[in-house]
Amino acid sequence: MHIVVCIKQVPDSAQIRVHPVTNTIMRQGVPAIVNPYDLFSLEEALRLKDIHGGRVTVITMGPPQAEAALRKCISFGADEAILVTDRAFAGADTLATSYALATAIAQIAKDQAVDMVFCGKQTIDGDTAQVGPGIAKRMDMQLLTYVSQVDSLDITSRTVQVQRRAEGGVQVLTTRLPCLVTMLEGTNEMRFATMDNMFRAARYQLKVWDRVAAGIEDVSKIGLKGSPTVVSKVFAPQAKTQRAEIIDSESGEPRDLALTLISKLFTQHPAMSEAVVKQSA
Amino acid sequence: MSAETKAPVKKAGKGKYELSDELKAYQGVWVFVEHERGEVHPVSWELLGEGRKLAAQLGVPLSGVVLGAPGLATRRFCEEAFFHGADNCYLIEDAALGNYRNQPFTKGLTDLVNTYKPEILLLGATTQGRDLAGSVATTLKTGLTADCTELNIDMENRSLAASRPTFGGSLLCTILTLNYRPQMATVRPRVMSMPQRDNSRTGSIVQHPLGLIETDIVTKVLEYIPDNRQDKPQLAFADIIVSGGRGMKNPENFQLIWDLALLLGAEVGASRPVVQAGWVDLERQVGQSGKTVRPKLYIAAGISGAIQHRVGMEGSDVIIAINNDPNAPIFDFATYGIVGNAMTILPALTQAFKQQFAVAKMAS
Amino acid sequence: MAEKFDAIVVGAGPSGNAAAYTLAKSGLKVLQLERGEYPGSKNVQGAILYSDALERIIPDFREDAPLERHIIEQRMWVLDDESFVGTHYRSDEFNKPPYNRYTIIRAQFDKWFSQKAQEAGALLLCETTVSDLIMDGDRVVGVQTDRLGGSVHADIVILADGVNSVLARKAGFRPELNPGDVALAVKEIHFMPEETIQSRFNISGESGVVIEMVGKITKGMMGTGFLYTNKESLTIGVGCMLSDFKKQKVSPNQLLEEMKNHPSIKPLIEGGEMKEYAAHLIPEGGYKAIPQIYGEGWMIVGDSGMFVNAVHREGSNLAMTTGRIAAETIIELAEKQKPFSARNLAAYREKLDASFVMKDLKKYRNMPGIFHRNPQFFTTYPELVNQAAHTMIKVDGIDKKTKEREIRNSFTHRRSLFGLMGDAFKMWRAFE
Ligand SMILES: Cc1cc2nc3c(=O)[nH]c(=O)nc-3n(C[C@H](O)[C@H](O)[C@H](O)COP(=O)(O)OP(=O)(O)OC[C@H]3O[C@@H](n4cnc5c(N)ncnc54)[C@H](O)[C@@H]3O)c2cc1C
Ligand SMILES: Cc1cc2nc3c(=O)[nH]c(=O)nc-3n(C[C@H](O)[C@H](O)[C@H](O)COP(=O)(O)OP(=O)(O)OC[C@H]3O[C@@H](n4cnc5c(N)ncnc54)[C@H](O)[C@@H]3O)c2cc1C
Ligand SMILES: Nc1ncnc2c1ncn2[C@@H]1O[C@H](COP(=O)(O)O)[C@@H](O)[C@H]1O
Repeated sequence: MHIVVCIKQVPDSAQIRVHPVTNTIMRQGVPAIVNPYDLFSLEEALRLKDIHGGRVTVITMGPPQAEAALRKCISFGADEAILVTDRAFAGADTLATSYALATAIAQIAKDQAVDMVFCGKQTIDGDTAQVGPGIAKRMDMQLLTYVSQVDSLDITSRTVQVQRRAEGGVQVLTTRLPCLVTMLEGTNEMRFATMDNMFRAARYQLKVWDRVAAGIEDVSKIGLKGSPTVVSKVFAPQAKTQRAEIIDSESGEPRDLALTLISKLFTQHPAMSEAVVKQSA
Repeated sequence: MSAETKAPVKKAGKGKYELSDELKAYQGVWVFVEHERGEVHPVSWELLGEGRKLAAQLGVPLSGVVLGAPGLATRRFCEEAFFHGADNCYLIEDAALGNYRNQPFTKGLTDLVNTYKPEILLLGATTQGRDLAGSVATTLKTGLTADCTELNIDMENRSLAASRPTFGGSLLCTILTLNYRPQMATVRPRVMSMPQRDNSRTGSIVQHPLGLIETDIVTKVLEYIPDNRQDKPQLAFADIIVSGGRGMKNPENFQLIWDLALLLGAEVGASRPVVQAGWVDLERQVGQSGKTVRPKLYIAAGISGAIQHRVGMEGSDVIIAINNDPNAPIFDFATYGIVGNAMTILPALTQAFKQQFAVAKMAS
Repeated sequence: MAEKFDAIVVGAGPSGNAAAYTLAKSGLKVLQLERGEYPGSKNVQGAILYSDALERIIPDFREDAPLERHIIEQRMWVLDDESFVGTHYRSDEFNKPPYNRYTIIRAQFDKWFSQKAQEAGALLLCETTVSDLIMDGDRVVGVQTDRLGGSVHADIVILADGVNSVLARKAGFRPELNPGDVALAVKEIHFMPEETIQSRFNISGESGVVIEMVGKITKGMMGTGFLYTNKESLTIGVGCMLSDFKKQKVSPNQLLEEMKNHPSIKPLIEGGEMKEYAAHLIPEGGYKAIPQIYGEGWMIVGDSGMFVNAVHREGSNLAMTTGRIAAETIIELAEKQKPFSARNLAAYREKLDASFVMKDLKKYRNMPGIFHRNPQFFTTYPELVNQAAHTMIKVDGIDKKTKEREIRNSFTHRRSLFGLMGDAFKMWRAFE
């Protein structure tokens, strides 16, 4: 088994702030982390490797600092890590990103055929959930998104059975390798790295590929040039100008506050109140 | 989309963008009508409502796209699409489309686009819509903007201006797809409002073959395990939601939320810390990484109103906030606020509603 | 197979980084273990960095260290409930490079410092907690971590694990923390646009202001408050002796909230958005609380050894200095191929005794006790001083001489003349 896991280094968005005046992102000191959704996929890949043997390669396309994210994946037990980095990738949207990654994965496959690719459900900075499907399409792999469980994997018949979350239920699907899987969050828990893997990660020499090493010949398909979407404007969510009407009562007792509120509701929002009464019946 | 996180903003819209003749041939607004187990996902109707406005601005027709197995339902879906604003529908009926699967649906939708050339294609940002949109956009090599919260037409360029949250919701960005067609976008359920249904509307159906047989399809559906609807919270469609946040302090206090919800026949919602602490299921999380909701009444107790929570619920008709911090951000956008301890206000509110209902009952 | 290193440094705060950097630079094989997600991820400091200590380790640190603002103005405020009396010292001398003091954000500074140590050749493993020391008789021969296969051996283990130092306590190198020897400090960082900070504090470019506060904000407990300007944020905090918190039954959080609402402080922080909240202990026992700091195969540096000068709010510089000197001691022994025995490591203590570290700590050895036994320094005096200022400044038709008498009376009324003289004497003795 050879599994490739696509991971992305993202700013910990919980710690991002917007400058109240200029509406720009204040990035200073915001730590970079492995996209949390990717860890569910990495863990699943490692689990499959534990059962079936083989190799797990992690790959990311990003700036040189993304090395830290790859190293972290090595500490969890990934075998190899590849950083695809080139100025020419700057400004890539999901179409250009999936092209670059698909080409790089094809390059990896020249070394050892790739049986499965794992992607995160989505990133927390881009949030698009498109790169995975994009890679699958470009590599002509079967696509299994929102997988909550890999039921079974048969290497000899090259088939895999998974459970996939759909809107109203769960689909049990079977497909042939090679395929691309994106795992649903919360489906597993990342293992705690062993001391040996910590040492390995700290000393690991990762592979750094530029555009050419990744096998990308056509520059018009990557970076800003290869991106059909254009960001025309970035702006702050409109602040509602109207603040809440603060309910007060003379006594300030909870009971009086509640009654004041309810009488306001029922007099000023008759339609809603009707719904409330109906619902409660 | 990595574009808005990394890219220097490529300024569009300075001059008018001239489309090639080939791209000019793309006309009309399409909405993919998503269905599962014989039911159309309401997001499709919401999108038809939004698509109607876009089509009117462009002066083009609005179409629904239905893919499904032969049978009555697909026709009914087309009819419903007309009721919700579609002028016509593109329909592919094939046994291979019985259950949603990426390969045949991608093939069908891609073929339709290549044949009938819409300029805008909208899908719900659901597990199905996102799965399909990514594959279709890649096949068509066109732009796709995910999880939009606002759609407009930039008339100068005759292009779709799709706005979406970025950086965890702290900012919004507007994205254009200038010289590629169609322009694709996904929108989360409940972000757009439901259009008025008009049973008198009709439209025409254009049928198209799938051109794929079952043996060509690699992935098979072995089984479909429907969710037990009874246990599953239906937050997205609830009329009343009572939500609690970290300010409820512990699971025992959180029971006060359930008490009020039970009385009101409401769904229980929660902010992320509450979900992470395991007091309630993930299904109940409201916000950017949870559900978007639009109830008639949203009661938030012990919730600060962080932007990630706000984006999921600010579409509610009436918002009541209970928070002991008068400076909590939630008071900036709630309709009514009570500054006080949720542990005493909630029981009082439950009691007061009880009284009100008793009065209402007597009156009727 | 368990790995073996020349030295293991536990902790990647300023003391651990100074030690690891110095050791690695001399060519020794160094492993550094840090329990945080990254160096500095959980570390707390005000934070003021004193250039001198770092300069001796990395002379050109100013080139790439993440420094916030260099301090050109120091304010000292004595606060009453509604007012403060203060001094501001501002000098253009402080505005000329090389700057003497900087505000820093520890999460960034520690990361940078640790990066330097790694570049020098130290191997760092994060998210790895040392749970025990591995002993061979009375000799420390390595550490046990919380990871699978987690024991590592070394000729010397340096404990740079901060004020709590579970390891030193477990091993019996240090007694349990005495609540009278540690302060509990809480602090918050508030985002604020650069321009707002500059105009509010009357500064330009990257110059900065610090405000140190004593008085009724600590409700009679021994402690101080502080407000520092960073590039795009303010740091505000307050710390008091742990024993006082216990006695007074006030929560540190509540103390900070009230301090933030003080009419003299509120306008300075208004409009900021809270970014982080942290609480941390500061060893303030001073000279008398310093434990045994070396033994067979082990040494203690930084907060773990209680090296903090509470009077001058110096900690990180003592941490870096003790880390450096410990490392230099090891390097000298290694060069002479002498074992890291307690006898040989005694040189560490001797070097510290000869340095500013021990000299300063010795000078203030009586301070903690005096403040402890005399809460009037934190209650009565601030009140009196503020009243006095108010009386003198307010123009109300009363002649100045009467006012002076009133002030004098107010002092002797609240505290006897003997008391006042005694306090002055105590202070003089303590600072002498
Ligand atoms: C990528 C990302 C995605 C996210 N997605 C979501 C999401 O989908 N949904 C979501 O909710 N969050 C989300 N968050 C988290 C979000 O940023 C906030 O941290 C979260 O919404 C805060 O939840 P809270 O309001 O319950 O808690 P807090 O912010 O801690 O607020 C608790 C509130 O309770 C009040 N309070 C305390 N005691 C009482 C009392 N006795 N009576 C009344 N009030 C009291 C306090 O004043 C305070 O305002 C996300 C964050 C990130 C980074
Ligand atoms: C609120 C506050 C304000 C302060 N202001 C100032 C100031 O303005 N100027 C100043 O010079 N000093 C100040 N200090 C003091 C200063 O922060 C400390 O003296 C300094 O941080 C000590 O450095 P250290 O390396 O010894 O310990 P720490 O900085 O505490 O580092 C210890 C490290 O060891 C790690 N660790 C602990 N146990 C283990 C384990 N078992 N395994 C692995 N890793 C472990 C910790 O995660 C941590 O990274 C302040 C302190 C506080 C709390
Ligand atoms: N630059 C990248 N490098 C590697 N993998 C990526 C990159 N961007 C996205 N991915 C993968 O695609 C998934 C979905 O990303 P997104 O479409 O941005 O939400 C992520 O969880 C990753 O697994």
